[in-house]
Amino acid sequence: MISLSKLVKTFQTRDGQVTAVDHIDLKIDKGEIFGVIGYSGAGKSTLIRLLNMLETPSSGDVVVAGKNMNKLKKKELREARQEIGMIFQHFNLLWSRTVRENIAFPLEIKGVPKEERMKKVDELIRLVGLDGRGESYPSQLSGGQKQRVGIARALANNPKVLLCDEATSALDPKTTDSILDLLVDINEKLGLTIVLITHEMHVIRKICHRVAVMENGTIVEQGNVLDVFRRPQQEMTKEFVKQVTEPEETKEAIKHLFEQDGISHVLQLTFVGGEAEKPLITNLIRSFNITVNIMQGKISQTQNGSYGSLFISVDGELSEIERAIEFIHKQKVEVEVIHSESNRLNHDLVLS
Amino acid sequence: MSQIVLTTTWFFPNVNWDNIWNATKETLYMTSVSLLLTFIFGIMLGLILFLTDRGNLWENKIIQGVTAAFVNVFRSIPFIILIVLLIPFTTFIVGSMFGPSAALPSLVIGAAPFYARMVQIALREIDKGVIEASKSMGASNMQIIFKVLLPESMPALISAITVTAIALVGFTAMAGVIGAGGLGDLAFRHGFQRSNNEVTFVATVVVLLIVFIMQIIGDRLTNILDKR
Repeated sequence: MISLSKLVKTFQTRDGQVTAVDHIDLKIDKGEIFGVIGYSGAGKSTLIRLLNMLETPSSGDVVVAGKNMNKLKKKELREARQEIGMIFQHFNLLWSRTVRENIAFPLEIKGVPKEERMKKVDELIRLVGLDGRGESYPSQLSGGQKQRVGIARALANNPKVLLCDEATSALDPKTTDSILDLLVDINEKLGLTIVLITHEMHVIRKICHRVAVMENGTIVEQGNVLDVFRRPQQEMTKEFVKQVTEPEETKEAIKHLFEQDGISHVLQLTFVGGEAEKPLITNLIRSFNITVNIMQGKISQTQNGSYGSLFISVDGELSEIERAIEFIHKQKVEVEVIHSESNRLNHDLVLS
Repeated sequence: MSQIVLTTTWFFPNVNWDNIWNATKETLYMTSVSLLLTFIFGIMLGLILFLTDRGNLWENKIIQGVTAAFVNVFRSIPFIILIVLLIPFTTFIVGSMFGPSAALPSLVIGAAPFYARMVQIALREIDKGVIEASKSMGASNMQIIFKVLLPESMPALISAITVTAIALVGFTAMAGVIGAGGLGDLAFRHGFQRSNNEVTFVATVVVLLIVFIMQIIGDRLTNILDKR
């Protein structure tokens, strides 16, 4: 659906040339939700604006829905843009228009007759869950509702691609989730390809199928969200993954517990993919003569499976614990001994 | 009969109300016609100033420079001098240099550049993101101007035209001095030159009334249009 090749964008500033996007090659498939994550200044805003030519590339090609965007004439470009919806961090609604009029705006641009326009607007209002707010002005809406208007407006011309520019960054966590649910819903219902940029790993985790990590204008890592979560290669990716898998205080909290009596061995189990749903702990207790105590855990749902970590303390015969660890390994759950009274257990783990 | 009743009254015995009424009509005529033309030309000039600026839809240094120079020059010339300066131009356009219509060209040329600067400021206040969003939807430049820029800045454009309107009332009074008629002319010839203070006073009150009413209308309109 989208393919970028050798895409470069440089800006001329007072301090010399800045390369915001540096030779990026990227393919995004039809119907997928593709996330680009990076800190501010990584070039992701420029990248997403290159997709609909809000920024013109310095060199390289942008192909969206079979059209080479950087080779189109003005009029052709305007028509091509009508097939690419876009939503923004600050919504960018027209405050002089009501919700209905805002959603009708792209239809007016395209020259859709009034009657048809009104029908389509009603449909979209229902789709994004804004029934009864059609005659309100944007200033009377909450942030989440404004973004819903933005989404409805972006969908008005039945686009093939939806670009989301930090669409949830100005929203609170609960509203963020409801907007993300709406995006997934739209993706499934309409088979829309969604490209989103964000600095929040939570967003990637929750709705993306694939992710690319950007730094200094280049993509340093990309792949299935689950794979990236499982084996983050780059330092930066690891930082992002930590945002959602490990609450910052985890290690501290666990360490504090080590001091308590009766805690001899602490294991960190890392679940990736479907295994998170298997009754692992039950099996452990049933099959081995050990006691298991869950200390802390966090399991996150991604679009292609669950990911998370669980901290458990185990007690029992050392040999029994070793067998239990081996059993966990066989369940394709990664296990790490993070605290043990016995040196042997730590050594064994290194060997396995 | 009615003429006599209107002409003199017990409270300002030295004021000829027919003259006041005629002068008021002339002032209103000059103000409203020049206001309408100022609104149109001012918005056109303001749009050019805004759109040809750096990073905008029609970025063009030359047109920007020429327009800005024109606006600055005509905004800086004191109005009373501008009228005299424009006499040949006025005679060419209107065919005469006397009467309310003859004041119109200089009124518009004096006020439109002033208004254009305020239009430019109003347009700059529009969130760049909204223009970007419109572009992303495939809007043409004309659609952006008429469906985004003007509607979104309308409250500011209206409050700016209110300020301009009040300045225009002042300009019409000055135009009166060189024979355009109106309340300024009346106050100058009948009030000042014939030392009839009552006429000056009444003319002042009428001008103030006109200004207040315009201000109220402008404020109302701005409030109605502003949905922010």
